Amino acid sequence: VVMAVAQLYFHLAPKAEVGVIAKALVRLLRSHSEVQYVVLQNVATMSIKRRGMFEPYLKSFYIRSTDPTQIKILKLEVLTNLANETNISTILREFQTYIRSMDKDFVAATIQAIGRCATNIGKVRDTCLNGLVQLLSNRDELVVAESVVVIKKLLQMQPAQHSEIIKHMAKLTDNIQVPMARASILWLIGEYCEHVPKIAPDVLRKMAKSFTNEEDIVKLQVINLAAKLYLTNSKQSKLLTQYVLNLAKYDQNYDIRDRARFIRQLIVPTEKSGALNKYAKKLFLAQKPAPILESSFKDRDHFQLGSLSHLLNAKAVGYQELPDWPDEAPDPSVRNVEVPEWTKCTSREKRKEKVEKPFYSDSEGESGPTESADSEPESVSEESGRRRSSWRAREEEEEEEEEEGAKKAKKKKASQGRKSHTETSSEEASASESSSSGSDSGSEAEAKRRKVPPSSRAGPKEISLLDLDDFTPPPPQPVPSSSIVSTSLVTDLEGLTLTDTSLAPALLSPAFGAVRTYELLHRMAGEGLSVEYCFSRRPFPGDPHMVAIQIQISNNTDAEVKSLRVSEPKPLSGMRIQEFPEIERLAPGDTASVVMGIDFCDSTQAANFQLCTHTRHFYVSIQPPVGELMAPVFMSENEFKKEQGKLTGMSEITEKLMLPEKCWSDHAIVQQVTVAANVGRVPCGADNEYRFAAKTVTSGSLVLITLERREGAVAQLTVNSEKMVIGTMLVKDIVQALAQ
Amino acid sequence: EVPPLFVIEFLHRVVDTFQDYFGVCSEVMIKDNVVVVYEVLEEMLDNGFPLATESNILKELIKPPTILRTVVNTITGSTNVGDQLPTGQLSVVPWRRTGVKYTNNEAYFDVIEEIDAIIDKSGSTITAEIQGVIDACVKLTGMPDLTLSFMNPRLLDDVSFHPCVRFKRWESERILSFIPPDGNFRLLSYHVSAQNLVAIPVYVKHNISFRDSSSLGRFEITVGPKQTMGKTVEGVMVTSQMPKGVLNMTLTPSQGTHIFDPVTKLLSWDVGKINPQKLPSLKGSMSLQAGTSKPDENPTINLQFKIQQLAISGLKVNRLDMYGEKYKPFKGIKYMTKAGKFQVRT
Repeated sequence: VVMAVAQLYFHLAPKAEVGVIAKALVRLLRSHSEVQYVVLQNVATMSIKRRGMFEPYLKSFYIRSTDPTQIKILKLEVLTNLANETNISTILREFQTYIRSMDKDFVAATIQAIGRCATNIGKVRDTCLNGLVQLLSNRDELVVAESVVVIKKLLQMQPAQHSEIIKHMAKLTDNIQVPMARASILWLIGEYCEHVPKIAPDVLRKMAKSFTNEEDIVKLQVINLAAKLYLTNSKQSKLLTQYVLNLAKYDQNYDIRDRARFIRQLIVPTEKSGALNKYAKKLFLAQKPAPILESSFKDRDHFQLGSLSHLLNAKAVGYQELPDWPDEAPDPSVRNVEVPEWTKCTSREKRKEKVEKPFYSDSEGESGPTESADSEPESVSEESGRRRSSWRAREEEEEEEEEEGAKKAKKKKASQGRKSHTETSSEEASASESSSSGSDSGSEAEAKRRKVPPSSRAGPKEISLLDLDDFTPPPPQPVPSSSIVSTSLVTDLEGLTLTDTSLAPALLSPAFGAVRTYELLHRMAGEGLSVEYCFSRRPFPGDPHMVAIQIQISNNTDAEVKSLRVSEPKPLSGMRIQEFPEIERLAPGDTASVVMGIDFCDSTQAANFQLCTHTRHFYVSIQPPVGELMAPVFMSENEFKKEQGKLTGMSEITEKLMLPEKCWSDHAIVQQVTVAANVGRVPCGADNEYRFAAKTVTSGSLVLITLERREGAVAQLTVNSEKMVIGTMLVKDIVQALAQ
Repeated sequence: EVPPLFVIEFLHRVVDTFQDYFGVCSEVMIKDNVVVVYEVLEEMLDNGFPLATESNILKELIKPPTILRTVVNTITGSTNVGDQLPTGQLSVVPWRRTGVKYTNNEAYFDVIEEIDAIIDKSGSTITAEIQGVIDACVKLTGMPDLTLSFMNPRLLDDVSFHPCVRFKRWESERILSFIPPDGNFRLLSYHVSAQNLVAIPVYVKHNISFRDSSSLGRFEITVGPKQTMGKTVEGVMVTSQMPKGVLNMTLTPSQGTHIFDPVTKLLSWDVGKINPQKLPSLKGSMSLQAGTSKPDENPTINLQFKIQQLAISGLKVNRLDMYGEKYKPFKGIKYMTKAGKFQVRT
């Protein structure tokens, strides 16, 4: 977890805040060595980019003699990256201790590190160089060789002052056996032979003597040295050069033979030799840029920190690049955790006010001040009693949506909405039918879209974001369960899905969309106060027999609303209402979310109560769909069958139905059922059978649902429940949900 | 592509769990308990994703093997897999079982601090850090709600909590408030950084020298207490990795026992308690391999020690209160300072 957060911070956080993760990462360094290894690698990468981050913890990267070599080298890397003018002296002192270590690989790495410090920080270059020269007298050959190589690189940066060192190194050629070091010395002498005119030919003489026994890399450098000497000091070295070239001519390695041939043509003046000859000196003794000693971790930062690819420094299968910063700023609404759009409704309010007729308590829809632009209103209207009702599930708009398109769509939709308000109910039914057919095609896209908004919401709700990621199957609506994952998902989706619904007086509650929001008090009826509620499907804390109802109160007035509370509940017999705590004040434009619990006694009778502000009282009622009167239970297949066996006869209700085409997939069926009722899925062996189980909230009696698919679209739905009324209603609801 | 830390962490967790179940984690052990190992792995890993890694929950699911249970199982043919889901897992407080009952209600807290330090040749401290943990052993009935407050909470620099601790209260009031899990658990681990000066409770005087000419070297170590606030230093153990050239050592300790392993070249000296009046020392000579030159590095000395009843950072628990239950628990707190990675360079 720490690493993941570190990753986020490293890529996103402003400079001031990265210090937080440094501390945590340093703490990780105390755990197992494998963990240390991974963390150090990441620290090494980070320390290149953001040096300041780890500076306070410099001492934590000091090396202990008991560390494994791998970790030592990584720590060294970090230390070198962290070195700057102020702390270099301490670091160098540390390095001095390390040089005497028994671990020779580590010593070599240390010397390299010193070299890098020296190149990066000019001030200490001389000190480093002196230290390295002292190392030349070390008894261990590896150490000497390594320091020669590093010195070579350092000298290249400022050769003039250091002829002494070169002389010293020339003397070393007699002793050093490591080819890389020998080659380095030879190169140095060749390059700066003007500074050491006396020694250079002498060295060449010695090398010519042992030419045949040298390693290839040394031989090449010998030829180089010979050529350079020939050009600068041909008097003394002409014969020697020719001797060396002759030897090289018959060498086994063709690289050396080629080089010899090439150089001979280049430097030895013959009749045929062309224009190149004149430039030979320029070619060989050109100023060469000093090499830059760089961290080997430099190229790693294009991999995402903490990933396997980063560790291996190679692209692993399935590695995903970090996307670039988006060009345009994402919609700020994605940062709001709860319902994001409440504040924006005012602009559209005026337009609608003409159209809408204020209803009492359960007034007409179109109150949801969503800015959902592109979503087809997936709605079906039904005539029920004398009141019109329309359910409209809407999706939140995609954030990437372009502004213009959004406006157009808004207008279109607004007009559509207007139509459905004013027209008679029969017309409305046909209008919404057409829109629902439009939504059929859109349902797939809709499923995709639903996935987009939650993942693009960064920031405050980190945990739920992770949960969503874990939730691999695509159903946008969660299978309700008491596990934490899905409940937090439910709340998430609550924020996403805004539904315009007027209260249904009838018992019908077809289900679409995820968790649906119902309207308790319309904005017009409530004089600017609008209240919506939804069944959060979470156990109500405090009383398990109550259904938790999440209530969203938003104040669209210009004035503050004070002391919002529930009063004078008039429950029917046995019904109990647990009021939410009084809301002291609600500022204009603000939204408050509270949870209240109602024990419906397993009946779908509405709960009536008054909602009071400091000035007004509103009579409202909440009517639960039958599917919300239960809570999912988990049981095994065997348990299910056993329970089902007990609930036969009168308590079994069976109904045949035709499944529409879009409900043919397993996923669609499960989704429709779980949206219609708060049930949990029961595992089932057979392919064409789906089982769900729940308990009614108040009495705890079991409700078992079996859906069996026959050939084609025919299916049989069986509900077993002690409560026959609930069973019948549930069958009706589910059939309706599936028939959509 | 998978986060490497995730894999490593999980493997460590598996090994820890096995050690918890069987005492050791070795090939032989896995062969002997292959059924249980399989069951445990099954629970820990589901379709490639770690599932239940908390040892408490695992133990409820799959009972650890005991002799009695093995006998019963072989007779009845049943397995160790518990037939009930762990109760706590689905509740609001997943780390605590419901319906815990004890006759003696007790809560013990151990404050253990480890000093990581590097001391250089001349005896001055190069780095020193304190890593501390508070381990708790809580055996309380019901659902107790504990609060633990410190005398000097500002000392704690970098803290990580057990999930049961309410972080809000820590941030606002610097009080640990939590519903504890049942049994042993690590409540909190913290870090006292090098910025605050760390008092090093012991010192080591050493004199190790090799001579170029002869094949003998001198070796002398003395350990003494320093800034221990009157507490005795116990369980002192000195280990040192000798250079390869050392063949053997002839040493005489003034106290304790010493062992030198000529193969691994590891010298360990078990000192025991340090008596401040008579400082323990180890003197003697080393015989080096003839013909080789003297090693260019002196060995580093690793030190281990324990000091009871002292938290070297000065951390003190102020009080422990319990809410939510009626009985009066027995409360106990213990401090201890240990050496973590304590090295002396010579």
